[in-house]
Amino acid sequence: MPITVKSLPREEYLLPGNASCPGCPAALGLRLLGKALGKSVILVVPASCTSIIQGPYPKTSVKFPLINVIFASSAATASGIAAALEILGKKGVHVVCWSGDGGTVDIGLQALSGAAERGDNILYICYDNEAYMNTGIQRSGSTPYGAWTTTTVLGKKRHKKNLPMIMTAHNIPYVATASIGYPLDFIEKVRKAVKYKGLKYIHLLAPCPVGWRFPPSKTIEVGRLAVLTGIWPLYEIEKGKFRLTGVSRVLLDKSKRRPVIEYIRVQGRFSHLSEEDVRVLEEYVDKLWEDIKKMLP
Amino acid sequence: MERVAVLTGNYAVAYAVKLCRPQVIAAYPITPQTSIVEKIAEFVEKGELKAKYVRVESEHSAMAAAIGASAIGARVFTATSSQGLLYMYEAVWSAAGARLPIVMAVVTRAIFPPWSIWTDHSDLLAQRDTGWIIAMAEDNQEVFDMIIQAYRIAEDERVLLPVMVGLDAFSLSHTAAPVSMLSQDEVDEFLPPRKAFSFLLEVKNPITMGNVAFPDHYMEFRYSIQRAMERAKEVIREVEEEFYEISGRRYGGLVEEYRCSDADVILVLMGAWAGDAKECVDALRERGLNVGVLRIRFVRPFPREEVRRALLGKRAVIVVDRDISFGGAGVLFTEVSSALQQSNITVRGYIAGLGGRDVTARDFSVMVERVYADLESGNKESRIEWYGVKEVV
Repeated sequence: MPITVKSLPREEYLLPGNASCPGCPAALGLRLLGKALGKSVILVVPASCTSIIQGPYPKTSVKFPLINVIFASSAATASGIAAALEILGKKGVHVVCWSGDGGTVDIGLQALSGAAERGDNILYICYDNEAYMNTGIQRSGSTPYGAWTTTTVLGKKRHKKNLPMIMTAHNIPYVATASIGYPLDFIEKVRKAVKYKGLKYIHLLAPCPVGWRFPPSKTIEVGRLAVLTGIWPLYEIEKGKFRLTGVSRVLLDKSKRRPVIEYIRVQGRFSHLSEEDVRVLEEYVDKLWEDIKKMLP
Repeated sequence: MERVAVLTGNYAVAYAVKLCRPQVIAAYPITPQTSIVEKIAEFVEKGELKAKYVRVESEHSAMAAAIGASAIGARVFTATSSQGLLYMYEAVWSAAGARLPIVMAVVTRAIFPPWSIWTDHSDLLAQRDTGWIIAMAEDNQEVFDMIIQAYRIAEDERVLLPVMVGLDAFSLSHTAAPVSMLSQDEVDEFLPPRKAFSFLLEVKNPITMGNVAFPDHYMEFRYSIQRAMERAKEVIREVEEEFYEISGRRYGGLVEEYRCSDADVILVLMGAWAGDAKECVDALRERGLNVGVLRIRFVRPFPREEVRRALLGKRAVIVVDRDISFGGAGVLFTEVSSALQQSNITVRGYIAGLGGRDVTARDFSVMVERVYADLESGNKESRIEWYGVKEVV
């Protein structure tokens, strides 16, 4: 039974009036997380945009119990929470890490890898806005090739780290990619993930209007273009079994993919790209799909 | 019936921890702490201790996991040393800032480079600004007793701060000595299960912990920690008296005074070598020198009142530090001097025994004799000296 917008609960877990920027994908993602799981969530938030979005003491815009933690420690803190819930016999609570790309692919990777290897019972969601946005758009290990950031003013020279595949190599029960442009696909994956015991990993592409240089009204559109051009394939790996999801299911055939330039063109962070740079990104996408082809049954 | 076991300092920690029934252990190995977490892992695997053991991939994660578990309401334990303690430093602050009653054993060990696994108090004393209550034991019996009391102090509603218990590398950690044990019933009665407070993470009462505090609010969080530290002094004394009821053992609260009341010169120090200092005092008294030892049991909260009471009016105070704050002085020297402000007592600081260099009762005698000689010659200057340093290029 596919999830429909109408079937989602009306309850909101991220309250309006929060401190997010207009068009913020992280705030939208957090809202969808609440729609996916309901109230039985304990949220672990490392230093990231969400530290700000939730609003300052003595108020909060998040209705989940939430602990803010030091940058590198979200997965390890969640491990401790999961252990305590188990020994204290508190069942049915989802421990969810809600971390940015810096807190996941860079400074938080060691703790995440440890928790994955131990099989601690956590849902880890990386909302990937492809740079250190909260500190003002510095490059991260998740910034794509060519992108302007304040620490790569001529464009980044390296490709993005493929964290979903690194997590897959940990033999965890569930790994998925998602895009904020496809909310129902994301919700479905969150709901599926929590059925498994162990560490589950979802990598949510979160186009950031401020950092990517596009108008705040276009967050969903950019999130969809990322998928439609093939630069961000939607898939899930359930107990090692790879499966494309949503619109990505038909994109193995290159002719069905929209040209990568359509994704590049709408973002100011790519405005300086040369033809050669565009070709590098196109080749990156082709390679991505060749690799996917090998993983398909 | 009293039950005596012969235990290393590390096993004294492990057996005490077991009696405290922690529910979550998160730990990472480091020499010379390892046998603590190995023994506890054995207790858990054999089913003698009902706990979840999170075998983390680093000390930073050990403290992070301890924080997570404690924020749910579990009783938590971890242990570390030296580099491990420095690596978790950021998280150490985090635990105290979140007011989580975690207990951690710290086997004090020198800091790299160069590599040294031997005792040195720099690692423990580098934590003094973090908001943790910091205790230091003299022998294995006190290690055992302090761990059990640490949970009572940490979890007291007037305190709610984490506690670290220090013990010297090898001289305690790996040296076996008789330890008088307590039964599970005795400890259960002394230390009931951790009480739930209103600021735990729970679904039925969602709160946000640690979000941004603007300058309007931040200071009050810090002030509340300082007030809890002040209240902890009374709690430490109370808990020790209650512990005395079940064990027959007490040490004197935040400090231990050894032959201080009639002394005119007092050695101030902490840790295992206090035993040698006491031996030195006994020998010197045979020779007619009225010397005493003031042993610091708690570095935080610092026992300012006790230190003043014990030391004011004496001819001289000798503070022996197994640590150095480079460009400053020994940490205990600075603390004691600060507590004695506006008195005109001579305070001599010795930096000694770094990286496990042996310091014996004889060495303490040499320090005392030098100070006496200075006093005789009218030299009353307060200053520090490095004791027993070979020529350096």
